[in-house]
Amino acid sequence: MAPVTVFGSAVFANAARVLVCLEEVGIEYEVVEVDYMAKEHKGPEHLSRNPFGQIPALQDGDVMLFESRAISKYVLRKYGKASNVDLLREDSAEEAALVDVWTEVEAHHYFPAIAPIVYECVVFPARLGMQPNQKVVDESLEKLGKVLEIYEARLSKSKYLAGDFFSFADLTHFPYTYYFMKTTHASLLDKFPHVKAWWEDLMSRPSTKKHGAGMFLEP
Amino acid sequence: MAPMKLYGATLSWNVTRCVAALEEAGADYEIVPINFGTGEHKSPEHLARNPFGQVPALQDGDLVIFESRAICKYACRKNKPELLKEGDLKEAAIVDVWVEVEAHQYTSALSPILFEVLIKPMLGGTCDQKVVDENLEKLKKVLEVYEARLSKSKYLAGDYISLADLNHASVTLCLFATPYASVFDAYPHVKAWWSGLMARPSVQKVAALMKPSA
Repeated sequence: MAPVTVFGSAVFANAARVLVCLEEVGIEYEVVEVDYMAKEHKGPEHLSRNPFGQIPALQDGDVMLFESRAISKYVLRKYGKASNVDLLREDSAEEAALVDVWTEVEAHHYFPAIAPIVYECVVFPARLGMQPNQKVVDESLEKLGKVLEIYEARLSKSKYLAGDFFSFADLTHFPYTYYFMKTTHASLLDKFPHVKAWWEDLMSRPSTKKHGAGMFLEP
Repeated sequence: MAPMKLYGATLSWNVTRCVAALEEAGADYEIVPINFGTGEHKSPEHLARNPFGQVPALQDGDLVIFESRAICKYACRKNKPELLKEGDLKEAAIVDVWVEVEAHQYTSALSPILFEVLIKPMLGGTCDQKVVDENLEKLKKVLEVYEARLSKSKYLAGDYISLADLNHASVTLCLFATPYASVFDAYPHVKAWWSGLMARPSVQKVAALMKPSA
């Protein structure tokens, strides 16, 4: 039985999202590099996996998926039970809804605020030799601060985002936050003690510790 | 059992995204308007439902949730799980893929156009044509992918309708209220897919709600 294959390595934040889920469920998988700088993601082979020419994609037997959040849910749903890992809580419509809420919040509030900082301060300097656009960084930091106020209020009331149980809603924050915490702006989290504690708890998991090591982008 | 309450203005395509799903799923719900003009969306009562001060929010008994796509999924899980292909790992994953595509590829290109053309003038601003043009180009590239996909299957996730198709209804109805609806003309399979969706009672209900009152 061929192992699950992920196209795109942990260096790509969206691939890392999928890889930590694979670690959480503990199944065998392999990673196939996609050469971004050589535009391999726009070549015919990768386009047959992901018609939008983006990273990651995942193949599991005859199943070929793209969009990291969809892939992650498939992995957690298919392989979670066997490893006693339930990060989607789909046996309860109410709990699953709360996981969905905070997964959407990551996608539509958190990611748009944090990603520009990661691109400007980590990705562009490493890949393109560019200096950060300070205006973009400052505007994003302000937005992120407002989002983190809401997270602080939420995490003052429950241990994790969807409730008192760890879920995909928490885990989905790993990749971009990991890169953000490598920048000089990491100290922003110091203003939000519950958020900081939640992040440290997330980073204490074997899955995030393992893939953090593969997320290395230097100029 | 009290009906679910969907909070928000029907002017919002995020609110009406939920209406399409709630209608298709046959859910028992009512719409509770939130008045943006009086700042009701930032009131303590509404912030307790949606801490980002946005619409929609949904209340079902003790459960209060927000984010339109989370609400849509909940409505399906409770009333019509086949719209998510629950129970079939492969098909459920493909539905999830195209639900993500709606959010991150289609609506991410379309909503800046809708904002410039439909919303900004209402707020006393002027449409930034450069933003519209850039996003129309992005949207066309997305529609090329949709055209290829819909040449191979009747609906986005397969030959069955799913939440992935329905999540497109509200924003696409808004597109047809702008001068740019002709962007679909170059993509016959996309056009046919859209005509099929428009014929559904659930989507017709959304269209009726979006009409400005006489």
